[in-house]
Amino acid sequence: MNAPLAFDRPGRPSPEGAEHAPASGRHVGAPLPRPNAKRLLAGRGAYVSDLKLPRMLHAAFVRAPFAHARIVRIGLDAARAAPGVVLVATGEDLAKLCTPWVGTLDHFKGMKSAPQLPLPLERVTWSGQAVVAVVAESRAAAEDAAELVEVGYEELPVLADLDTALAPDAPRIAPGFADNICFRSVVETGEVDDAFAAAAHVVEADMAFGRHTGVTLEPRALIADFDASERRLTVHHATQTPFQFQDLYARHYGLPEARVRVVAPDVGGSFGIKLHVYHEDMAVIGLSMLAGRPVKYVADRLEAFVSDIHARDHRVRARAALDANGRLIAIAAEDETAIGPFSTYPRTSAVEGNQVIRLIGAPYRLDAYRGDLKVVFQNKTQTSQYRAVGHPIACAVTEHLMDRAAARLGLDPFDIRARNLIPDDAYPCASATGYRFEKLSHEACLARLKGLMDYDRLRAEQAELRARGVHRGIGIAAFVEITNPTPAFYGVGGARISAQDGAVIAITPSGEVRCTISVTEQGQGTEAIIGQIVADYLGVPQEVVRVITGDTETTPHGGATWACRGAGIGGETALQAAKKLKANVLKVAAAILQAQPGDLDLVDGQVVAASGGAARLSLAEVARIAFFRSDTLPPGTDAQLTVAHHFAPSGYPFAFTNGIHGCHVEVDAETGLVKILRHFVVEDCGRIINPLLVDEQVRGGVVQGLGAAFFEECRYDGNGQLLNGSLADYLVPMACEMPDIAIAHMETPTKDTELGAKGCGEAGTAAASAAALNAVNDALAPLGAVLTQIPMTPARILTALGAF
Amino acid sequence: MKARAFAYVRPRTLEEAHAAFAAADGDASFISGGQSLVPALAMRLQAPQVLVDLAGVDALRGVHLDGDVLRIGALTRHADALTDPLIRRHAPLLAAAAPFVAHPAIRNRGTLGGSVALADPASEFPAMMLAMGAEMEISGDAGLRRVPADEYFLDLYQTAIEPGEILVALHVPAAGPHACCAFDEMARRRGDYAMVGGGLMAERDGDALRAVRIALFSVGPTPVRARGAEAALEGRAPDADTIAAAQRALDGDIDPMDDAEVPAAMRRHLARVLLGRLIRKLEADQ
Ligand SMILES: Cc1cc2nc3c(=O)[nH]c(=O)nc-3n(C[C@H](O)[C@H](O)[C@H](O)COP(=O)(O)OP(=O)(O)OC[C@H]3O[C@@H](n4cnc5c(N)ncnc54)[C@H](O)[C@@H]3O)c2cc1C
Repeated sequence: MNAPLAFDRPGRPSPEGAEHAPASGRHVGAPLPRPNAKRLLAGRGAYVSDLKLPRMLHAAFVRAPFAHARIVRIGLDAARAAPGVVLVATGEDLAKLCTPWVGTLDHFKGMKSAPQLPLPLERVTWSGQAVVAVVAESRAAAEDAAELVEVGYEELPVLADLDTALAPDAPRIAPGFADNICFRSVVETGEVDDAFAAAAHVVEADMAFGRHTGVTLEPRALIADFDASERRLTVHHATQTPFQFQDLYARHYGLPEARVRVVAPDVGGSFGIKLHVYHEDMAVIGLSMLAGRPVKYVADRLEAFVSDIHARDHRVRARAALDANGRLIAIAAEDETAIGPFSTYPRTSAVEGNQVIRLIGAPYRLDAYRGDLKVVFQNKTQTSQYRAVGHPIACAVTEHLMDRAAARLGLDPFDIRARNLIPDDAYPCASATGYRFEKLSHEACLARLKGLMDYDRLRAEQAELRARGVHRGIGIAAFVEITNPTPAFYGVGGARISAQDGAVIAITPSGEVRCTISVTEQGQGTEAIIGQIVADYLGVPQEVVRVITGDTETTPHGGATWACRGAGIGGETALQAAKKLKANVLKVAAAILQAQPGDLDLVDGQVVAASGGAARLSLAEVARIAFFRSDTLPPGTDAQLTVAHHFAPSGYPFAFTNGIHGCHVEVDAETGLVKILRHFVVEDCGRIINPLLVDEQVRGGVVQGLGAAFFEECRYDGNGQLLNGSLADYLVPMACEMPDIAIAHMETPTKDTELGAKGCGEAGTAAASAAALNAVNDALAPLGAVLTQIPMTPARILTALGAF
Repeated sequence: MKARAFAYVRPRTLEEAHAAFAAADGDASFISGGQSLVPALAMRLQAPQVLVDLAGVDALRGVHLDGDVLRIGALTRHADALTDPLIRRHAPLLAAAAPFVAHPAIRNRGTLGGSVALADPASEFPAMMLAMGAEMEISGDAGLRRVPADEYFLDLYQTAIEPGEILVALHVPAAGPHACCAFDEMARRRGDYAMVGGGLMAERDGDALRAVRIALFSVGPTPVRARGAEAALEGRAPDADTIAAAQRALDGDIDPMDDAEVPAAMRRHLARVLLGRLIRKLEADQ
C-alpha cells in the first residue's frame, strides 16, 4: 500500500535515558524483517483451517433468526438422518458437560450479567446466536443438515437501542434484573460544578461512535480433540491467549489443567477478537467429547459478523470548562455504551467504557473531572475489547472539545494543546482520574508533529485552495495509551488472566538457542523481537535463535498477547532469561578456559575476553563439551545451559505511552466523500526494539482507526437485525482509500524494566479517528457544518451540510 | 458457507446448453464468470441442481466489428473492456466504465454477458448498454432474437431474458467520428457498487450536443434513461444554464430507493451533481 517514504523513517531521535544502554549486540533497535514473514508469504503458514486431523469432523451451527425469542420447539430428526451426520446437539446436551460462565469482574462493583452456556436452553438473545450444533463428516454435509433442523420460536420484545433499554418500563434483558444496566461507574475529582460555574468558556458536544468489529483476515477457528482414553483435551485454536483458554476449558469442562493443551499455530490477525469466550468455541469442546473425535469449526465471514465481538458503540455527552486564557479547568462526560445481551467472558464488556471515562482528558493538566458511565444491555452481538479499548472514544471526545475550545477562543489547535498538555518536566504525575504517569513526552511530540506535517505550509495551502472552492482540513489529536498492565487490569478482579510471562531458554548441543516463551504471535512480529532481544542479551546472532510460542504444553505459563504487553513484558522476560543464561554459559566457559567468568563475555556466539575482545572459544564448543564431554569439565562444574525466568511488572500499574496524530483530508462538499490525503503520527513507546515493526504496528492501527472514522459500522434495525453483515456491505478500509502514513518517534523508556519498552500496538488506533474527525470539521468549518458522529459517512456529511 | 451439492455440465454449443438446462426441469443456472453466482451459491441464496457452464460455448466469444455495429460476445471479460482495441475505439463508454467495476481479480473472471444478464441495478455495464443504445442478442426456443436496451430492463433483476434463455452477445452501435462520452460514479471505496453513477453518449454538432443518451444506475430497480435531462441538453451548448436545466429535469427522470446509507433525497442530490460532472467531463475532454 504505502511505499515507505524517506520521510517515514527519520533518523531516530537520540534516546533519552542513556542508563538503558543496550547490550553489546546489534539487533535491538535495528529495523530487521520478521523471520516468519517469508514463510507466510510463501504460503507455508499452517493456520487452524489448514489442519486436518485423522477422523476429524466438522461443526456447523443453526442460528437464531430473531434478536429475542423463546425457543418453543426443536426438531432434529431430519438432520440426524441426513447423510454424513454424526451428531446433532442442543443446549441441553452441552449443559450436561459444561458449567455456565458469568462475565463479571469483582473490582467492577455492582456489575451484573446473566450466566451463559455454549448453546441456549430456552431463549435466544441476539440474532445470529448459535442454537443447535450439527457435526458431520464435512462442513458442507453439516450445513446441509443444519438446514433440516426445525426450531420454533415465539418472538419477545427486543432491546435494539439505548433509549429503549434505558426506559424505566423496558423489558428486562434477563429475568430478575432490576434494570438493563450491566455496570455503572462514576469517577469524580475536584470541584467540577464550581469549575463550570466559574469558567470563562464552556464548550460541549453530544457525540456518537458507531459499533464495529474486528474483521480479522483469518476468521475464528478451532479444532477440539478430546481423547476419552486419557481424558485429555487438545485444542488447536486461533487465539491470542492459549493459557487463558487452557484454564477455561479445564474448569468449565471439569478436566485437570494438565490434561488440557491449547495450541495456537499461525494466527491471521486478532486485534482483541481472539481472546474472548465464544459460544460456538465452547460448544466445539463438548462436541468433541460427545463425538469422541476431533471436531473442527471455522467461523465463516457471515458467522463472524454476528458472533465475533463487536466494539465501541457509545453515546457521549461531554462538556469542557476553560478559563479566559484557554486553560482547561474541568471536563464532565457521560458515556452510555451499548453491549450485547450479557457481558463477555472472562474480560467483560465493561472495560471499554471504564477506559473511556478514565482516559478522557488524560493528556492534559486537569484538576476537576467527572465521568459517568452506563454500560447497557442490548439484544445484539456481544461486545468487548478490541484494539485500543476505549481509547478512540476518550480521545475523540477530548480532542473534539479541545478544537471547539480553540475555535471559541480563536486559538490555533496547536496553540491550545501547547497551553494544556502536561509539560514534559512535570513527571511523575497522575491524571485527573488517578492514572499514574511515569514519564511522557507530549510537548516534544507536539513540536515534532508540527514539523513532520509542515503545518504552516498546509495551512497556507488550505487558505489558497479554499478560495478555489476546495475544502481541505487539518486535524490533530493527542493521546495516552495504556500498556504493560500489571494484575491491576484483570487479576484483581478475580480473572485467571496472567499479567506475567515466562520464558525458557536453552543452548542446544550445536550451540544454537531455543527460546520458548508465553507471549504469542498473530502477525505483529512478537517472535521477531523476542529473537532480537535474546540475541543481544545472550550474545549470539539472531539467526541461531529459534523462538517457539503458542503451545501450553511446551511454553511456560503467561499472559500472551493483549493490552500491548508482548514487547514490554514478554521482552523483559526474554531479556532477563537471556542474561541468566549468559551468566551460566560464561561459568562453563570459564571452567573450560580456567578463567574467571567476569573476565569473559559472549559476543556473536563467541566467548571472548571481556577486555580487548579476543576470541577464546565458540559457544558451539562450550555446548559440545557440556553436552557430550562433561567428563572433561572440572568436577562440580554446574553446566546449566537451560534457564527459566518469569517476569511480572511490579512498578507502575500500567506503562503509559503517548503520542499525537495529524490528519489531512479533502472533503467533497457536493458528494460528502472524503479523500484522506495524509496521516501523521508521532508516538513514544519507550525503547524501540524494531522500528520496522513498530512503524507497521502504528500504520495498521491507523488504518483501523480510519476505518472507524469513515467506513466501519455494524448497522442494526429496530428489530435487532444486523443489516450489513457481509464484506459487501460492511466497509473495511482498503488500500486505495488509505493515505501515506508518516511516522516519527520519541523514545522515553520506562525505568520499570531494564528493556525500557512500552507497548505500541494500539497507538495507531487510539487517535486516528479523532484526528480525522477534527480534520473533517476543520474542512467544513467555513461551511457552517459540524460532525459529532463517526463513521463520517457521505450521508452524515451531506446532512451536516444541509445538502439534501 | 458451503454451496449445496450441484451437478455440473459444460456444453460446447448453444443447443447443448439449452438441452442441458431443459434436462434439469428448470432447476439449473447458467454460469459465466461466476463472480456473482458463486457467492450466491456459497451463501445458499441460490441452490440449483445443475450448473450449466457457458465457458465452452464458442458462439459467446469474441469481439468483432460488423459494419457500424460492434458485436461483443457475452463471455468477453470485464478486463477486456479495458484493453480490447475494438472496444476502446468503438465502445469508448464501456472502456471508460470498466475501471470502476470491482477489482482486477474480479474483472479477470467476470463477463460482460454475465453482468448484463444479471442486470444488477447498481452495475455499471448494464446501464452503459442503455446509454449506448445497444441491442442484446438472446438465444431461446425460437432461435436468436435481438432486444434493444430500452426494452430489455424490466424490473429488479428482471430482463427480457426468459428462464433458460442465453445472452449471446451485446451489439453496440460503433461510436461515430463526432461521438463523445463520459462516465462517472460516486462510490465510497474504489471498486464498490456506486451510490450513484451514470454514462452519457452524444454527438457533437459545433458547440451543441445532439443524440444525447444518458443512463444512470443505483437510482432505481433498473438502470434508468434520463430522458428529461437528455431533452434539456438536446441541440444545445452545455453552458451553465443548460446544465442547471438538465439537472432540474433529472428530478422527474428518477425515483430512487431509500436506504439508511443513502436516503432517496441524497440519491437525487448526488444524481444532479453527477450529471453536472458528466457534462463538464465531456467538455474537458474536448
Ligand atoms: C467483490 C466483488 C465486487 C464487485 N463489484 C462490482 C461492481 O462494482 N460493479 C459491477 O457491475 N459488478 C461488480 N461485481 C459483479 C461482477 O461484475 C460480476 O462478474 C458480474 O456482475 C456477473 O458476471 P459473471 O460473468 O461473473 O456472471 P455469473 O456470476 O457467472 O452469473 C451471474 C448471473 O447471470 C447469469 N448469466 C451469466 N451469463 C449468462 C448468459 N450468457 N446468459 C444468460 N444468463 C447468464 C447467471 O445464471 C447468473 O444468474 C462484483 C463482484 C464481486 C465478487
